[in-house]
Amino acid sequence: MDQSKIRNFCIVAHIDHGKSTLADRIIQMTGTLTDREMQAQVLDNMDLERERGITIKSQAVRIIYKADDGQEYIFNLIDTPGHVDFNYEVSRSLAACDGAILVVDAAQGIEAQTLANVYLALDHDLDVIPVINKIDLPSADPEHVIEEIEDIIGLEAQDAPQISAKTGLNIHDVLEAIVHQLPAPNGDVKAPLQALIFDSLYDPYKGVIVFCRVKEGTLKVGDKVRMMATNAEFDVVEVGYFGAGQFIPCDELPAGMVGYMTASIKNVRDTRVGDTITHVNRPAAEPLPGYKKVNPMVYCGLYPADGAKYPDLRDALEKLQLNDAALQFEPETSIALGFGFRCGFLGLLHLEIIQERLEREYNLDLVTTAPSVVYRVHKTDGTMIELTNPSNLPDPSEIDYMEEPMVDAEIMVTSEFIGAIMDLCQERRGQYISMEYIEETRALIKYTLPLNEIIYDFFDALKSRSRGYASFDYEMKGYQKSELVKLDILINKEEVDALSFIVFSGTAYERGRKMCEKLKDEIPRHLFEIPIQAAVGSKVIARETVKAMRKDVLAKCYGGDISRKKKLLEKQKEGKKRMRQVGNVEIPQAAFMSVLKLDED
Amino acid sequence: MNPIELYIHIPFCVKKCLYCDFLSGVFDEKMQRRYTAALCTEIKYVAATHPNCIISTIYVGGGTPSWLSEDLMDAIITTVKECFKIDPLAEISVECNPGTLSAEKLNVYRSIGINRLSIGLQSANDDELKELGRIHDYNRFLHTFDLVRKAGFDNVNVDIMTGLPHQNVAKLEKTLNAVTMLRPEHISAYSLIIEKGTPFYEKYRFDAVKQQAGMETEELPTDEEAYRLYKFTMDYLENKGYKRYEISNYARNGKICRHNVGYWDRVPYLGVGLGSASLFDNVRTTNLRDIYKYVEISEAIENGTIPSAELSSPYFDSEEQLSKKDAMEEFMFLGLRKIDGVARSDFFQMFGIDIEAIYGPIITALRNQGFMEAKEGRLYLTDIGIDVSNQVLSKFLLDK
Repeated sequence: MDQSKIRNFCIVAHIDHGKSTLADRIIQMTGTLTDREMQAQVLDNMDLERERGITIKSQAVRIIYKADDGQEYIFNLIDTPGHVDFNYEVSRSLAACDGAILVVDAAQGIEAQTLANVYLALDHDLDVIPVINKIDLPSADPEHVIEEIEDIIGLEAQDAPQISAKTGLNIHDVLEAIVHQLPAPNGDVKAPLQALIFDSLYDPYKGVIVFCRVKEGTLKVGDKVRMMATNAEFDVVEVGYFGAGQFIPCDELPAGMVGYMTASIKNVRDTRVGDTITHVNRPAAEPLPGYKKVNPMVYCGLYPADGAKYPDLRDALEKLQLNDAALQFEPETSIALGFGFRCGFLGLLHLEIIQERLEREYNLDLVTTAPSVVYRVHKTDGTMIELTNPSNLPDPSEIDYMEEPMVDAEIMVTSEFIGAIMDLCQERRGQYISMEYIEETRALIKYTLPLNEIIYDFFDALKSRSRGYASFDYEMKGYQKSELVKLDILINKEEVDALSFIVFSGTAYERGRKMCEKLKDEIPRHLFEIPIQAAVGSKVIARETVKAMRKDVLAKCYGGDISRKKKLLEKQKEGKKRMRQVGNVEIPQAAFMSVLKLDED
Repeated sequence: MNPIELYIHIPFCVKKCLYCDFLSGVFDEKMQRRYTAALCTEIKYVAATHPNCIISTIYVGGGTPSWLSEDLMDAIITTVKECFKIDPLAEISVECNPGTLSAEKLNVYRSIGINRLSIGLQSANDDELKELGRIHDYNRFLHTFDLVRKAGFDNVNVDIMTGLPHQNVAKLEKTLNAVTMLRPEHISAYSLIIEKGTPFYEKYRFDAVKQQAGMETEELPTDEEAYRLYKFTMDYLENKGYKRYEISNYARNGKICRHNVGYWDRVPYLGVGLGSASLFDNVRTTNLRDIYKYVEISEAIENGTIPSAELSSPYFDSEEQLSKKDAMEEFMFLGLRKIDGVARSDFFQMFGIDIEAIYGPIITALRNQGFMEAKEGRLYLTDIGIDVSNQVLSKFLLDK
């Protein structure tokens, strides 16, 4: 295939601006799928993705387009995850492309993620074509959006296709723009092999299916290849490209092509996203740039609601990990919750997705402990530990100081909400960096924020305080020294390890008070009074009481219908089974989740 | 001869009370006659399949059995006498509602051997009676009670309810005073339970949840108030010489309801009539609950065609063979409803194993928490244990 007839590109957009819809439309218009085969959002093939309308894993598809010039072109469309949790995956997907389509909502204009994604694309030297979507909306204001694109991003946008991905309007313009405005790949098919891994997928029959972009050289069936970062070596069993929703084998992938390879690879961890595939016999001198090992940012404990399901949970996590190298887990035990796993995630969305998949695809009932970031604890003996589980915090006398991870956050908001958003950042211990008006009515606010202040509900708070108008993006900044304490919860005078969390000392009292109030509502009355206390060290800082139940009489006689009476008693007993026993107090599983929702009211 | 108890269900009411979820409905006299005939057929059928039994107690419950005309009641009791041997000292009770009895009816009752009446009063406050959807007012009750005494009944129960919407101690005291003044031999005091499928459920379901959770309520008493009403009833009745012998039942001069105590003691009993329950040879059964099916089965039997059935009687809706575990659980959660509890020796005699071997840790825990006591070979719940008996008794269900 002639390299000049290939276009490798991706679509970038702020969430909800119509990225997936446009991808669907491109696939449909190029005729690789009949209308009947065309399910909504072909690229988002996990149920969960479709339901949430977000892309979790990158996907790729090869399509053939017969352009107005009469020539056939191969389009390799690589879909990228849209969420900040998956930033690294986005950057690797972009590195596999030569160009990008920037989708901007004709009504909403540029948002924080639009900017972040465009800068990311430009960082990878991609040519970017702006496309203005949702032109059919009554509130569409394309002229204004064109101005924004030109002023804020500096891209020429006068001739940008104005489309409606939903109705299919002007999609042809986009296809022609891809042919004429995006570059063809280059690369020497005879050079030593350099192929970039941008995603992988575990298939029970073929092993790991590695998605790659061949930058230099040629990848063929039978080649002996090495992963340059992990040094794992494999014999290539199959190479091919992506049909819509299926893998189509071929003989070789030459430089410039996007496709997949399989090599009986059992472990997805051997094929890390960002790594470079080369030949064992004739290796490339250097790997492609940009590889980094992604580390989980957020940790939490996952426990089976039914203790007997522990092995099932382990199996399910292992299976998910086959497809998700970023997911980490190790066994842990909790006095309150029994056997479970401490799991590491890229972010809270990643956590939620894994939790939902475990519950949905593996039918597990889970108890989740409060998410925690990774704290650095510097001990007086000069050593440092990375703390992922609050229960493992050393005795205060052994701690010299602690550090917490910080992020640089960019928030774009219309001017009327600037005050409210700055208040929010202030409450979340933000350090103001700067604010610039990107146009008359909108500003970009920059703050440094502790990660643990944004992992719970920052996004929700942001949306509610700006009536949905603020958008938000962040990147990791590093660690900063902080006054942190461990907040413990005592129920009936017993410490419940699964409810402990690390908190900034200045907000400990407030958090402890809210926590006790919440638990008071969650814990049903027992036959005795139950004190609920929040404590820092040995000092109790808040207290509530669940009053004792004094009357619960099942008095009716039912004319000797003892079965009915027994059923009522059984119901009583069954209810208890869904509880966790801590000392002699039964705690409903929901209580362990309640810590996540302290800011609801 | 095996002593057994007999329960007879009469599923008819003048009007359905708003809180009631018992199996009963409003049916005309034609249906009442048809049902009575069907009932007599079932009595004969049950007697034939359970030979060598002697009846120690009969309880005619409902519904409102006293609403049946006296000839129908006569037909039922006469059939029982024809089919079964009856202990000459048998307790024979009938449930009555104020306004459904007359001097003539009561004379018939006396003549056929009925010797105990249970009258549903529920409250002496007319506003509460109206709220409950009762058919009578307090004066009507007084009149009925007077008739009952004049007819010579010397073993009479009066039902009252606590925990009613807007009930307070003053209103309850009025009811308690009005009842105890009349010196009935027996008083049953039930706490109102908001049952699914009743108009009260629709009206008070949220309040009931709040009550259960110990929160502020709108119309029902709060949990604390309900507790106070319940305790007040107990103290009041004990003061007036009524001894509590079961969670909700009080008697003076030892005139307990032998039939009901039989349930707690797991004495074998046969239930006849719609939806009635039986315990016989460690098998628990319940009759079907569809009145039309019920009469059709009896009519088929009368016509000489015995309907085929999957269960051992064509009248059954369910049939459950109790395991030893089931029987042990029942022994505990039924026996402990009685104020004097259960005897260790009875447990051993019945199951061949020491009670401690099965329930040792539970008994110890409950004793330590003050919910249970042990004395002279008996185990029984304390006052505070009875207060939360629902919680305490559920602990005696064994794991599968």
